[in-house]
Amino acid sequence: MDKLLQIIGTNSQFSNAELAAMLGEPEDYIEAKIREYENKGIIKGYQAVVNWDAIDDSRHVEALIELKVSPQRETGFEEMAERCMAFEEVESLYLMAGVFDFAVIVKGETMQDIAMFVAKKLSTVDGVLSTATHFILRRYKDRGMKLVSENSADERSLIL
Amino acid sequence: MINYDKYLSQSIRSVSPSGIRRFFDIANEMDNVISLSIGEPDFQTPWHIRDEGIRSLEKGRTWYSPNRGFAELLKQITLYYERRFGLTYNPHEQAIVTVGGSEAIDLALRCLVEEGEEVIIPQPSFVCYEPLTVMAGGKPVIINTKNEDNFRLKAADLEAAITPKTKLLVLPFPNNPTGAIMEKNDLQEISEVIKRHDLLVLSDEIYSELTYGGRDHVSIASIDGMYERTVVINGFSKSYAMTGWRLGYALGPAPIIEQMTKLHQYGIMSAPTTAQYAAIEALKNGDRDVKHMRGEYDMRRRLVVDSFNDMGLSCFEPLGAFYVFPCIKSTGLDSEDFCKRLIMEKHVAVVPGSAFGKCGNGFVRVSYSYSLKHLKIALGRIREFVKELQDERNG
Repeated sequence: MDKLLQIIGTNSQFSNAELAAMLGEPEDYIEAKIREYENKGIIKGYQAVVNWDAIDDSRHVEALIELKVSPQRETGFEEMAERCMAFEEVESLYLMAGVFDFAVIVKGETMQDIAMFVAKKLSTVDGVLSTATHFILRRYKDRGMKLVSENSADERSLIL
Repeated sequence: MINYDKYLSQSIRSVSPSGIRRFFDIANEMDNVISLSIGEPDFQTPWHIRDEGIRSLEKGRTWYSPNRGFAELLKQITLYYERRFGLTYNPHEQAIVTVGGSEAIDLALRCLVEEGEEVIIPQPSFVCYEPLTVMAGGKPVIINTKNEDNFRLKAADLEAAITPKTKLLVLPFPNNPTGAIMEKNDLQEISEVIKRHDLLVLSDEIYSELTYGGRDHVSIASIDGMYERTVVINGFSKSYAMTGWRLGYALGPAPIIEQMTKLHQYGIMSAPTTAQYAAIEALKNGDRDVKHMRGEYDMRRRLVVDSFNDMGLSCFEPLGAFYVFPCIKSTGLDSEDFCKRLIMEKHVAVVPGSAFGKCGNGFVRVSYSYSLKHLKIALGRIREFVKELQDERNG
């Protein structure tokens, strides 16, 4: 796996100079490489991992929705995916192997928002056979980062 | 009131306590201190290795092991040395499992050194060799390795330190605190001197898995004519992030291991059983973990070396262990003052180079056994500190 992508995929806060030092490459190479990845759509963007649970009244609710659909002739699942993606409430969308077809992560300000979205919009899309909504109650780990407070104190002692 | 001095042995009283301790006790009491001083992996022991330890406990394997260690572990150790460093040892008589590499060092020194014999110790190096030599009745003879030699041991310096009383050379590479390594040609050069003067070598190879820049560790035992003159010390602490398990080993000529085994048997009995089961798993299935950790350290190493050079503290490229050893002479401070002020003014802890021998003065040991995020913050603070020192000097 590309080392550069590995690093910035975990932490995008390093400067090009720091990345160049870490990888033993010239700085302009790093700069060009990142631009290339951005242009090719390999790097899609840069986001902070926000722990919404740590904010009082964050008005951030998410649910995982299992979607069963009947694939369309010719376009298969692609057209269904296009339609589901178009909703701004849909945070992530994955085609799955197993008992359902799509996993849809939906966000809203309240549970009611999400319930209404599923009932009125998602389940009425042509080709959707059934939905099962699972609300996310607590986030422990997100995109590789532990969100719950853990003992971060360094327990190692100086041995000299 | 009893005066215990008259009861305590003269040799242990002559060993000076680590002066650095007090300094770090102060650091521990301060808030918001960010440390680059720790000399052990920040990784936890890989789970599959821990799991084997746990399993052995679940199965109730809570007894002593054989004195020299479990046969399976001895076998795996010798297989490992063969596949990694091309050295063949007989697990039945040329290997012993100890409580950390440290115990193996102690055993070797006590088995090899006679009262008044000289032991050559290159410095800067880890703090244990000198006191242990003294306690074994030997006389430490220090060689100062130099920045301009990339802190490698040079044959001429070795030659100059040898007297008729010289018995043993301690060879601590890859080196803590400098990060220096010895490459094959360096080893060949000193080997000529060692053979000519009929010396033995205690080769502390605890950092052998942590070398960078495509330079694999070379053991001096693999140099022509040195196998029979070398006791190799290694362990699991650094390679597999297993410091707390306390497990090391020695490999060497059968007659030496035989005597070391006696001392180990009477002083220690046997190394921890649980740790030995975990270590077998480490040697069998741990190559990937070692490679992963090495890769992570290497990235940090490059970042840290680059940062120090960039902030004007010149730093030779260390090719081993997980330390950098920047020169701080340009600041006009000595090692201890630099470290004290850095901790007081910027709350960053690094270790004065002088803790590892007088010749370490003018340098500091910076450990990069920390996450990249942690390193970035600490380096930022050191950069500020160096800048402020410069401004101060320029009035």
